[in-house]
Amino acid sequence: MTSNTTRNLRAASLWGVIVLAFALVPVLSTSSYHTNLACHILIWSLFAVSFNMLWGVTGMLSLGQALYYGLGAYSVGLMVNYLGSQWYLPAMGVGLLAAALLALLLGMLVIRVGGVYFTMLTLAFGQLAWQITFKWYDFTGGDDGIQGIIPPGILENGTAYYYFVLTVVILSIWVLKRMAFSPFGLVLRCVQQNPDRVRFLGRRVRRNQLRIYVISAFFTALAGGLMAGVDGSIHTDMLFWTTSGEVILMTVLGGINQFFGPFVGAAVIILIEDLVGARTEYWSLIIGIIIMVIVLVFPKGLVGEAARVRSLMARAGLGRRA
Amino acid sequence: MTPILQLDSVDKAFGGLKVTSHVSFSVMPGEISAIIGPNGAGKTTLFNQITGHLLSDAGAIYFKGENIVGRPPQQIVARGVGRAFQIASIFPDETVLDNVRVACLSKLGQTRKFWRSVLDYRQATDDAHGILASLGLDAQAHRKAFELAHGDQKLLDIGIALALKPTLLLLDEPTAGMSPEERHQMRVLIKKLWKEFELTLVFIEHDMDMVFGIAQVVRVLQQGALLAEGTPEQIRANKQVITAYLGEDF
Ligand SMILES: Nc1ncnc2c1ncn2[C@@H]1O[C@H](COP(=O)(O)OP(=O)(O)OP(=O)(O)O)[C@@H](O)[C@H]1O
Ligand SMILES: [Mg+2]
Repeated sequence: MTSNTTRNLRAASLWGVIVLAFALVPVLSTSSYHTNLACHILIWSLFAVSFNMLWGVTGMLSLGQALYYGLGAYSVGLMVNYLGSQWYLPAMGVGLLAAALLALLLGMLVIRVGGVYFTMLTLAFGQLAWQITFKWYDFTGGDDGIQGIIPPGILENGTAYYYFVLTVVILSIWVLKRMAFSPFGLVLRCVQQNPDRVRFLGRRVRRNQLRIYVISAFFTALAGGLMAGVDGSIHTDMLFWTTSGEVILMTVLGGINQFFGPFVGAAVIILIEDLVGARTEYWSLIIGIIIMVIVLVFPKGLVGEAARVRSLMARAGLGRRA
Repeated sequence: MTPILQLDSVDKAFGGLKVTSHVSFSVMPGEISAIIGPNGAGKTTLFNQITGHLLSDAGAIYFKGENIVGRPPQQIVARGVGRAFQIASIFPDETVLDNVRVACLSKLGQTRKFWRSVLDYRQATDDAHGILASLGLDAQAHRKAFELAHGDQKLLDIGIALALKPTLLLLDEPTAGMSPEERHQMRVLIKKLWKEFELTLVFIEHDMDMVFGIAQVVRVLQQGALLAEGTPEQIRANKQVITAYLGEDF
């Protein structure tokens, strides 16, 4: 079991480095700009990792995760807007509960159909939620979105809020990681690879799909709720299908078969958007090309390719033994 | 002694095509038996009916005295029916160990646990290693299942079934696609597993050495109907079976 221990240690130290790097951002940078950027990376990472539990792990491609992301954000935005800043944290709780409940109800409907129909139905429900938010101007502010969402108390301070986000995101990803490598996670991977066989292990396929659909929605809503306080404003775009598309892109880029793939994918896309967006007005075209090239050169995603190279090196006796 | 499995006039049709019709037989506890018959005779379909993959159109299937027609596979497996498939049904991207371990976890009712790593589940892991050892797959425990040779994938499929500690094990053509050498090994192994795990075992086979070598009872299916049933000696001498399936020079 020594190899297990070393593997655990190595994984833990990698974790430590990542957390430390993010924790140092506000210390090392004098401008709030970098902190804000790091905050976006963290939140999108949580979004992408929870999405990948659904897609990469269980094989359920949802095109409607923006629904839960928006639900988390609008729960906070609306409650703070109508009831005041002190409702910020309770509103996050309400958003999580609402997302889990809605995912349970919608899940029972969309999981039944399966495959590409699942994808289309999630897209349809996502777009429906966007439409409602967009059209219901009097309540949601429609296309204007909601501004002035101020986190309560000490969290009003940007740096304090950043550490709040860091803590919540790291804890959530840690929980999801434990889940991915637990018996439940193993069953989810088996559901993707051979659902018929899973039934013949005495397990219910749809039941497990529903569980992960709800869990994924929960953490997606958490990401949305956190996002509401980052810039103090939210917009209907959060619910638009392109948001769901972007999270798919991040996941593909990082690698769907690696737990940390979506994390890296989110960081890379946000950094590229930031770098390119600041320099040219053709940024969306350039980002598209860059991402296309990366995906073509690294078909297994950035983290997937890195793992492949490492195992090749280990086989050739060059690197540390895998 | 009462039968562990009893089929009572079981039918299945796909559209107009009658695939099994009025099939009745009883399997005694601890028996090892074979089902033979030409391609398309309905052998696999019969397994699918027993295991709940297909809903029988008519008739009853009693397992341990209870009619299981209409029950879904996961309930039938929970009652002690295990199955390996004609085309190995495994989890290709998982390791050989995890393929069996997930079945062990399921048997122990631990598949909902989401906090500790699978590595921490000692009982399931030990059970899985034990089964891999019985199958001679332990040296390959940490390879991905898709990397295994065809014959070893068939073995792994049996391993997954065994992990659920079935009382009745159904094997669909365990030697299909194997070389004569591998067939021989599989024959020896299946007989060993039958004793070691105290199974009631029913297998479908086209390999006559295996059928007449290890089965105590042989049942012949032809165009969905049970043509004959008896000891290997009786079946070998049965005129109808010879014309329908075995051929004159058998
Ligand atoms: N789901 C299905 N839908 C329609 N027809 C089917 C289905 N399953 C099987 N059949 C048909 O039923 C007949 C019996 O098939 P089955 O697979 O039971 O045969 P078998 O005895 O196992 O043959 P083999 O020795 O080739 O495996 C075949 O003609 C097959 O085409
Ligand atoms: Mg068959």
